Amino acid sequence: MIEIILVLALPVTGAAVLALVGHRACAPLVNIVASLCTLVAAAALTIRVVENGPLLALGNQFLVDPFNVFLVALTAFVGFTTAVFSRPYMAIEEQHGRLNPARLRLYHSMFQLFNFTMLLALLTNNVGILWVAMEAATLTTVLLVSLYRTPASLEAAWKYFILCGVGIAQALFGTILLYFAAEKLLGAGGGALLWTELNAVRANLEPTVLSLAFVFLLVGYGTKVGLVPLHNWLPDAHAEGPTPVSAVLSGLLLNVALYAVVRCKILVDGALPGAFARNLMIGFGLLSVVVASFLLSRQKDIKRLFAYSSIEHMGIITFAFGIGGPIANFAGLLHMTVHSLTKSAIFFAAGHAAQKAGTQIMDDIRGLITISPVVGWGLAIGALAILGMPPFGVFASEFLILTSAMREQPWATPFLLIALGVAFAAIFSRVQPMVFGETTAARLPVRPAMMPVFVHLSLVLMLGLWIPPFLADWYRSAAKLIG
Amino acid sequence: MQIGFQLINLFAAILLLLAFAMLAQRRVVSLISLFAAQGLVLAMSTAVVAYTTGQPHLYQSTALTLLLKVFFLPWLLRRLVRKLDVRWEFEGLINVSTTMLIGIVLVVFSFNLAVPISQLASTVTRSTLGIAMACIMLSFLMMITRRKAIPQVIGFLSMENGLFFAATSATYGMPMVVELGIALDVLVGMLILGVFFFQIREQFDSLDLTHLEQLKEHDGEAR
Repeated sequence: MIEIILVLALPVTGAAVLALVGHRACAPLVNIVASLCTLVAAAALTIRVVENGPLLALGNQFLVDPFNVFLVALTAFVGFTTAVFSRPYMAIEEQHGRLNPARLRLYHSMFQLFNFTMLLALLTNNVGILWVAMEAATLTTVLLVSLYRTPASLEAAWKYFILCGVGIAQALFGTILLYFAAEKLLGAGGGALLWTELNAVRANLEPTVLSLAFVFLLVGYGTKVGLVPLHNWLPDAHAEGPTPVSAVLSGLLLNVALYAVVRCKILVDGALPGAFARNLMIGFGLLSVVVASFLLSRQKDIKRLFAYSSIEHMGIITFAFGIGGPIANFAGLLHMTVHSLTKSAIFFAAGHAAQKAGTQIMDDIRGLITISPVVGWGLAIGALAILGMPPFGVFASEFLILTSAMREQPWATPFLLIALGVAFAAIFSRVQPMVFGETTAARLPVRPAMMPVFVHLSLVLMLGLWIPPFLADWYRSAAKLIG
Repeated sequence: MQIGFQLINLFAAILLLLAFAMLAQRRVVSLISLFAAQGLVLAMSTAVVAYTTGQPHLYQSTALTLLLKVFFLPWLLRRLVRKLDVRWEFEGLINVSTTMLIGIVLVVFSFNLAVPISQLASTVTRSTLGIAMACIMLSFLMMITRRKAIPQVIGFLSMENGLFFAATSATYGMPMVVELGIALDVLVGMLILGVFFFQIREQFDSLDLTHLEQLKEHDGEAR
């Protein structure tokens, strides 16, 4: 209980402090400390839930169960490492004259607020508040995407705002329909939007209304997940914003949006006799995987390349939850974790690579291994990990997803395999010359922060070789919950 | 009571009319007035629903709508228009009569879509659900057909009005905590957009969104 309050209050306090004192030399440090405190509180919450089981707090308004607790820990962790990474990264950007103190102040306070919205979306038990938090997440990041104020970044931010705004309006309509169906059983008032209450009566919810509601919810939150064909905002926002923002958008926002979809899917699965929600998710997921992997080879910009790779991986996870069943759900949850860790690590490395080369165009980034071995190796290992090379965690989850696809939806397997192959060819052929090619670029004045990259990648490696028993237990019970 | 239902239907009809008027309106100042009028009608209809059905929390939503959508947001938009010196009359992507025809098709579609839901609804306002969906669709159309930033945002806000109306007619409004959250998001969103307009203006010297089409053209090719 106290942990939940702390997890939510710390980022808000951090944001307030950073906004009020303005940009000082210590601001990046305050940002790190606030994120660290949030991480500690999240860890305490996690320990509490491990010991005592699921938790409903503050008049049932907050819920912590196996499904969201590991996402809370993951979100706080990636938030912390990103704060660590952003300190030297933003210092270099400031030296290059791309940022000034006023914008750094905005960046730091919005970063904390963004963390708050993510944690609120995860912890709330109220489907309406979940919507509010998702919309607030867009609002906090829109000015971060346009932080450099270049024409391209303004365009990306505008697109992000309008597309996600319209998308999330669909999700609001879906939420209204959900409330409409629930209100008949649970009575009007706050109770009818509480997820636990909805879940208890899900078998009696009106099927027609719920199927319509799910379409709106999937399209709405799916826009934020970046599912094809609703993905247009995603590569632009990732490529034009500062790198720490790309890392949290890919590593956190997409996960949390998908979490919202899956929460709704659980309700719809209970209300509808057929596999309506599952089939929709399989369709959207597969389409995203295939389209994104074919678009990968056309990319010239390093951050765009990995943004498309995020769409592909979100497609894989959506597909896995669409198949359902204990194994596919387990794999989906594992993939959410490893993708988030790997992709943020890659963005960290790619950000430094782009800083060294002075451009994000991949043809102009060469020979990272000679200019800076850590950045070169970070990018190379990260790329291999995201491509599903054993022994990394991505291999384990993709393998599980493929085997359950063969068993449950055999027709989909060839598409998945071809897409994974195409993605491999596209990314590997791009990354290899960037890492090993010839270069004339000079060294950077500030040491890069590569620690977070290697921490993330070793966690991914560990998850590929050995999943800690408590984590495996969570995944299993969450997989059972998702059904 | 009977007169209450009549009033609600009347307000719903006015809302639909206003949605069409917004679709056709080319002047940005008049568009803001129409948006404020839409908010006012929405607030009045919510108040009537609150009175006829005895739902006290709807009075709070009425007050919220009045403050936010009738006074604050139109004031903010007018201020922005004055500060940014946006006076132009503007052209949509499609001409007015075609837009209107598409709008009529959308209304028919929304009424059909609403039939199964309103049959299940137990609220007295269920007949207006179709109109609420039509308002959402028309605002959507407005966002698609406009090229300038401010009309697009007004379309976005009027879509939110439509959603609010849908919530009132299907379920007598969402729980208060959610409604407050939504209002907060709309408010913060508008403030951020206000800042954002100045950024766009500073960079492009205009609020014409055709400037914002570089990334699409260059997607994967020149970049």
